[in-house]
Amino acid sequence: MNIAREHFRQPLGRTPFHERMVALTTSEHWATWNGYKVPRIVDKLSIEYFAVRSGCAVMDLTPMEKYRIEGRDARAYLDRLVVRDLAKLRPGRVTYVAWCNDEGKLIDDGTLFQLDESRYRLCSQHHQLDWLLMSARGFDVGITVETHDVAALAVQGPTSYSVLSEAGIACLGDLKPFDVTRSDCAGIPLTVSRTGYTGDLGYELWMEPGDAEAVWDAIFAVRGRYDVHAMGLNALEMVRIEAGFVMPGFDFNTAEATVRNDHDRSPYEVGLGWVVNLDKGHFCGRKALAAEKARPPRRRLTKLVVDGNRPVGEAFVYAGRNGKQVGEVRCTTWSPILKANLALADIEFINGKLPEPLWARFDYQRELKWHTAWAECHAQSKPFYVPAHRSLTPPARY
Amino acid sequence: MSGRDYDAIVIGAGHNGLTNAAFLAKAGLRVLVVEKNEYIGGATVSRELYDGWKYSNCSYVCSLFRPEIYNALDLGRHGLKVVPLTASMTFTQDGDYFGSYSEPNVRRRELMRHSPRDADAAVRFDADVMRWCRLIRGFLLRTPPDPGSLKPRDIFEFAYLLKKFHELSETQICEFIRFFTMSIAEYLENYFENETILAHYSGGSIIGTGLGVYSPGTAYVLLHHAMGDVDGNVGAWGFARGGMGAVSGAIASSFRALGGEIRTGADVEQILVAGRRATGVRLASGEEIRSGIVVSNLDARRTFTRIMDADDVPPALLERARKFKIRGSSGKLNIALDGMPTFPALPGGSPLTLGHMHFTDTLRRLERAYDDWKDDRWSADPYCDFLVPSQYDPTLAPPGKHMATVFVQYCPVEPEGGWTDEKRAAFGQTVIDQVAEYSPDFRDLILHAEIRTPRELEDEVGLTEGNIFQGELTFDQLLFNRPFPGYAQYRGPVRGMYMCGSSTHPGGGVMGAPGANAAREILRDLRRPDTTPAEYPDD
Amino acid sequence: MTRPDAIVIGAGHNGLVCAAYLARAGLDVLVLEANDAAGGMAAARPLGDGYRVPGLPQCVAPLGRAIRSELELERHGYAPGRPVETIVLDPGSAHLAIGQDRVAGDGLAQADAAAWPGFRRQYLAFAEALRPLIENPPPRLKNLPRGDRMTFAKLGWKLRVGLGREAMYEFLRVVGMNIYDVLNDTFDDERLKAAIAIDAVLGSAMGPRTPGTVLTWLQRLYGELDGAATIHSGNRLVEALTRAVEAAGGRLRCSAPVARILVEDGKASGVQLEDGETIGSGLVVSNVDPRRTFASLVGAPRLDTLFANRVTQIRGKGVVAKLHLALDGLPEFRGLGAAALGNRLLVAPSMRDIERAFNHCKYGECSPEPVLEITLPSIHDPSLAPDGHHVLSVSAAFMPYDLDGGWEAGREAAARAVLARLAQFAPGLEARIVAREFLSPADIEAGYGAVQGHWHHGELSLHQSFMLRPLYGAARYATPVDGLFLCGAGCHPGGGLTGLPGRNAARRILDTGGRP
Repeated sequence: MNIAREHFRQPLGRTPFHERMVALTTSEHWATWNGYKVPRIVDKLSIEYFAVRSGCAVMDLTPMEKYRIEGRDARAYLDRLVVRDLAKLRPGRVTYVAWCNDEGKLIDDGTLFQLDESRYRLCSQHHQLDWLLMSARGFDVGITVETHDVAALAVQGPTSYSVLSEAGIACLGDLKPFDVTRSDCAGIPLTVSRTGYTGDLGYELWMEPGDAEAVWDAIFAVRGRYDVHAMGLNALEMVRIEAGFVMPGFDFNTAEATVRNDHDRSPYEVGLGWVVNLDKGHFCGRKALAAEKARPPRRRLTKLVVDGNRPVGEAFVYAGRNGKQVGEVRCTTWSPILKANLALADIEFINGKLPEPLWARFDYQRELKWHTAWAECHAQSKPFYVPAHRSLTPPARY
Repeated sequence: MSGRDYDAIVIGAGHNGLTNAAFLAKAGLRVLVVEKNEYIGGATVSRELYDGWKYSNCSYVCSLFRPEIYNALDLGRHGLKVVPLTASMTFTQDGDYFGSYSEPNVRRRELMRHSPRDADAAVRFDADVMRWCRLIRGFLLRTPPDPGSLKPRDIFEFAYLLKKFHELSETQICEFIRFFTMSIAEYLENYFENETILAHYSGGSIIGTGLGVYSPGTAYVLLHHAMGDVDGNVGAWGFARGGMGAVSGAIASSFRALGGEIRTGADVEQILVAGRRATGVRLASGEEIRSGIVVSNLDARRTFTRIMDADDVPPALLERARKFKIRGSSGKLNIALDGMPTFPALPGGSPLTLGHMHFTDTLRRLERAYDDWKDDRWSADPYCDFLVPSQYDPTLAPPGKHMATVFVQYCPVEPEGGWTDEKRAAFGQTVIDQVAEYSPDFRDLILHAEIRTPRELEDEVGLTEGNIFQGELTFDQLLFNRPFPGYAQYRGPVRGMYMCGSSTHPGGGVMGAPGANAAREILRDLRRPDTTPAEYPDD
Repeated sequence: MTRPDAIVIGAGHNGLVCAAYLARAGLDVLVLEANDAAGGMAAARPLGDGYRVPGLPQCVAPLGRAIRSELELERHGYAPGRPVETIVLDPGSAHLAIGQDRVAGDGLAQADAAAWPGFRRQYLAFAEALRPLIENPPPRLKNLPRGDRMTFAKLGWKLRVGLGREAMYEFLRVVGMNIYDVLNDTFDDERLKAAIAIDAVLGSAMGPRTPGTVLTWLQRLYGELDGAATIHSGNRLVEALTRAVEAAGGRLRCSAPVARILVEDGKASGVQLEDGETIGSGLVVSNVDPRRTFASLVGAPRLDTLFANRVTQIRGKGVVAKLHLALDGLPEFRGLGAAALGNRLLVAPSMRDIERAFNHCKYGECSPEPVLEITLPSIHDPSLAPDGHHVLSVSAAFMPYDLDGGWEAGREAAARAVLARLAQFAPGLEARIVAREFLSPADIEAGYGAVQGHWHHGELSLHQSFMLRPLYGAARYATPVDGLFLCGAGCHPGGGLTGLPGRNAARRILDTGGRP
C-alpha cells in the first residue's frame, strides 16, 4: 500500500463506499474505526436496528482488518495460532476463531476464511500484523495485510437473501451458514460468505475497491421492492449484544494492549471456552489454558437480562441486593425486539461458581437529576436472541 | 553574632532549590535562597543574550515537572503555562522523513508508511512503556529506602517497593528487569524493524548521558523522557510560555508569596559546621549567614568537594563524591533567526516543524556519534534535537523572527588540549552544517548563535563537568544509589545539612521531585507537618 | 539399545558434569556428541602434522571444589594446573607481570602496586557474596518456593553481614558499573587497567566502558575463589569428566549429531539423530546453545509465540577469533625470558585501545589493532607438540561474527592482522610457523554448534543474567517443553570452564523428578 507524505492533511481515511454513505447520511454522526471515517448512525437508529431484524441492512465493513495467509505451512501455522480445532475447515468454509498469547490471554478473535487449498483470509477487529508475523517464525507462510485492498460490505437481515438475489448475485440459495464462495454481481466478480455479526440471516461481500460503488448501487437499486437501509455502528452494537457476540477491546482487554496485570482475559473467562480445543495438538497458550481449565473458574463474562426498563449504562454488579460487589457491566443495550435490558458483565465467581442472585446498581438521569437504582439480573447461557430463519438453507425468499 | 538569621538556607536558585525552599516556607520556616549568579533559575533559565530574543539556554522543554508540585505551589496562578508540544520527527538521508504526529490516526498511518508491521507493534510498545512508566512514577515523590538500614521506615519503603513490583506478573517483572538493563537499540528491536523508526525512538535515550544507543541501561532513560505528562498526556512534552525561565520564575514567585527571600549574586564559599551540625554559610564576600538548616542544590560532587570543609565530610563519602560519575556529554546552540527556516522534505503546512526535529536516521550514525565522545571529540555527525519554540510563543522573538534551540549530543567535557573559543566555534559549525543539509536557507537566517559546551554549563550554571542531570543517569546511580549508597535520603554527613538537587533521587530533568522530597525529609527531622504533595493515584 | 532414562545432548564439559551427576543419582544416562570426541570447546584438536592445541579456552580457573569432590574428579585423573601470572606486553618492553598478590614491572607506580592486592581481595569478597546466587538455580521473582527464599536470604546475609555495611554500599555502587570507571578511579597504570579490563570483556561483545562489565569480571573472579587461573592444556579435564560419567554407569556416544528433539503432546519424548535414528527418553537435557536448542532442535512451531520470539532476542554475537600456530621451537618475545613464556601474555596497551578495538566490531569490522591473549600450552603439556616444538594459541578480539563481506573473504586479512600484531612483540615468530589454523567466530559456530560463535552461548550481559539467562521461561533449567532441560553455558551462571550450569541443572532435574 502506498501512502503519500501528505496523508496528515486528512486524518481519517475514506472507504470506497464513503461517497455513497455520505449521500445517505442525514445524522452526520461519524465515528473513527481503524482510521476510517464511518457512520455511527446513518439516518435513524431505530430504523437501522429494525432493518437488521425485519428487513435488510447494509454496512460498510471495509475498516475491518483483513490478512491474507498463504503458503505451504499455512494450515500448520493457523493450527498453532488459534485455540480452535481447524480439522473441519476446508476450502469454501469459514470458521470463528480466537487466539491467545503464551499465558492463554486473548489477543483477538475473528473469522477465518479458507479460500482454497493453501490460501486463507483472517478478519479481525484489531491490528494483528505484529502478532501474526511474530507467530510465523519457523513456518513457510506468507502474511499480507489486505485491509485496504479489499472492500467489504455486510448485508444482513431476514430479506438479505432476497435483496442480494434480486441485485443479481447468483447461487446464494445453496450457501449454508459459514460457507464462502466466488460469485458475481452484474458481471462484477466478488466473494460472498454467509457470515455476519448480527445474529440474523446475512451475507458479507468482498470485492475490489474499484468495484465497490457498482456493487453498492446494484444492491440499493432494489430499494423500490425491498426496504434496504444503510446501517451504522450503533445499530450494530445493539444487534451484536442481542446475539451474544463479544467485542474485543470493549468487552475485554486484548492482551497485547493491556497495561495492568490481570486486566486481560482468557477465552474461558469471556465465555469462549467452547472454541478452545486442548486436544488438537500444540497451539500458542495451550499449556496455560490447560492449567486454567484444571482450576475452578475465577470469573466469566456473563450474559445478563436486567429487570426493568431503565437504561443500565455503567454499572457494578453485586451478589444480592446490597451484597458483595462481584463485577461490572461491560456493555449493555435495550433490546427493542425482546423489550428487555441486556448486558454483558464481567463477574467474579465465588468458590468457582457464578454468585446468585445478581443485582446491578446503576445511576440514571432524569432532567439533569441523578438517581440510583437496583435491578435484579438474570444470567443466560444462550444468546439472547436467535431467530429461526437465520440458519435456514435456502433462506426464505420474499 | 549569635542565634539564627534564618530557619533554612538553600544554596542555589535552580528549580529544585526553589521548589525545596517553597515547601519549607509553606511549612512556616523563614527561608533564604542564595544564588551565585545575578539571575535565578540555575539551568531552568531564559536570558536575553541577543537583543529582542529570549534564550532558554540550558533546559528547553518541560515534560517531567510533577503536576502534584505544580498544584501544591499554585504555579498556575504564579504565571506558569505549559503548552503541549505536538510532534517529533527524523529526517532521512534519502530526502524523506519519519514523523511522530500527535493525532493517533495520523501517527499510525505515518508508521504504516514506513512499516506496516511497526505500526501494529507500536500498540505493544506503547502498552509496555506505559506499564514501566506507571511503575517508576510511583517512586518519584518518595524517599528511597536505605538498604543498609533496618529502621522501620526503610523496611516500610522496601515493602512498598516490593509491593509495586508485586503488582506485576512474574513475566512482567522479568520484562522490566530486562528493560532496566538493556540498551535502547536492542530494546526497540524487540518491537520495530524499520531503521528510521528505530533511530527516531532511540534518540531520547541518549540525551544527557555518557552512553550510546547500544549501551546497556539506555532503555531506562527512555522513561525519563517518556514518563512526564502534560495534562494527562503521558509522554507529552511542553513549552513553558516565556521560556524555561518562566518555570523558575513561577516557583520563585510562589516562594516569595510564602514569605521566602532570594539573594542573587551571593556565592557560597563554605557551609559552616560546628559540633557536627550545620550552622550556616559563608559567602565569598566573607559575610556569614546563620541557619540551623542548610540545603545544597548544587551537584553532589561540588557540594562535598567545594563548599564543605574536608574535615566535615567522612573520608568514605569524600571518596564517593570524587568518584561520582558526572561527565557532561551535551552541547547546546541557541539561535536567533531572521525568519522560519524551510525544510524541503516537508510538505507545506506540515505540523512537524512545531515539534522536535532530528537529523540522524540510523542506529549506526547514533552509535558512531558516541564513539567520538568516548575519544574526547565532539560528534562529527551529532544527534541534534532541533526546536523552534517561537512558533508557539511570540514572547521569545520579535514579530516575524524566530528562535531555535538545538540540543546536541555528544560534546566532550574537554576535547584533547582543552576547549578554546575556536574549538567551540567549530563545534557550533558542525551542528549548523547538519541542520543546513536539510534546510538550505537555515544558514542565511542566522542572526546570532550562542554556542554552549559543557565548559559553559559548568562555568555559568555550576554544573560540574557540564552534566545536565547533575550526575549520570546510569543504573548504578539511581534510586538508593543516588548520589551514593547510604546518602540517598537527602541528608548530608552533618546534622542540619541536606541535598536537594538532581544529584539526588529521582534525578535530572525539570521535575522538581528532588526538591520536594528533600523538603519532606527536612520537615520530618524538624517534626513539622509535611507540606509536600503525595503522588497522584495512578491506578 | 535400551531406552535411557535421560539423554544429554552435547558432551561439552557442562553436559558431562550434568550427566555425571544424573548417573551418580542412578539414572541411565546417554550422552550424545556430534563431534568425534567429547569435550566441546575444551577438547584438544589436532593441528598440522603431529601437533595438538587444547581447544578454545586458554587461561581458566580450575573447576570448583564442590564439583571436584562430588564427582571425585581427582580419582579420575583431574588435577588443577599450576597458577600462572598475566604479563601485559609493552611495545617498549616495559612488560608488566600481574599475579594474585603482586604486580611488578618497569614504570609501575608504587601506589598501584600497593593497591592491587587489596583491590583484588575486595572484589573476590564481592564475588563470594554472590555465591548463593551463582551456585543455586536462579530464584523465581514471585510466588517464591522455599528454596528460592533461602537463596535470597543467604544472599542478603552475605551482602549485609558477610561484607559489612560499608563494603555492601560499595558493592551496590559498583556492581552495575563498567570496569573502565572503576579502574580509572583506582589505578593509574594503563597496562594494569587494561589487563583487568580484558578479563572483564574477553569473549563478550563489550568494551571496558560497557555497563555491566564489573559483573562480568566478578563472574570470572568467582572461578578463582577455588584456585588461581591456569593455562588450559591437554585433555585432562575432558578425560576426567568422561571417566566420571562412565564410572557412574553413563554412556557416551560420539559422532551422533542430534537433528531434532522429539516432542509429543507438549512433552519431550526423545531425540532424532541426523541419520534418522530415534532414541526415546522422557528426559532430554540440552547442553546445546539455547538459541539452537529452541529454534532448530525443538522448532518455533512447537513453542508458544512470545517464548519463540524471546529466543530470537537472545544476544550473543561472537567477537573473538582463534589463531593456533605450530612452531618449530620456542618463540622469542622481546624483553621476555623463556621462563616467562609459560604465563598468559596479553597485547592490550590500554583500556582506550581495547575500547577502540571494540568499536569496530559494532559495525561488522575487524579491529585493525586487535587485542590478544596468548598462551603456549605446550610448555605445560609437552605432549601437545613433538620434542622441542611448541604450539601457540591466541584469542584475538574484536573480530565480529557478522563481518562485512563475510568470513570467507575476510579470513586471511584478519589472520594477517593478528600475525602482524604478534610480530610487533615476537619479531621472529613467523619464521618458526610450521602450521597454522585461524578460527573465525563463523568457524567456531560451525565447529562447535555455538550460535554466532559465542563462547558463552549468549552474552553475559545484565539483561541475560540470573533469572533472565538465557531467557525468561527457561531460566531455571526447565523449559516450556516438559521433560526438556538446559544445562549449558547459555544457562545461569554462564560460560567459562566452571561446570556450574551442568551441576545446577542436574540438581534441579533431580529435585523435581524431571518435571518442570
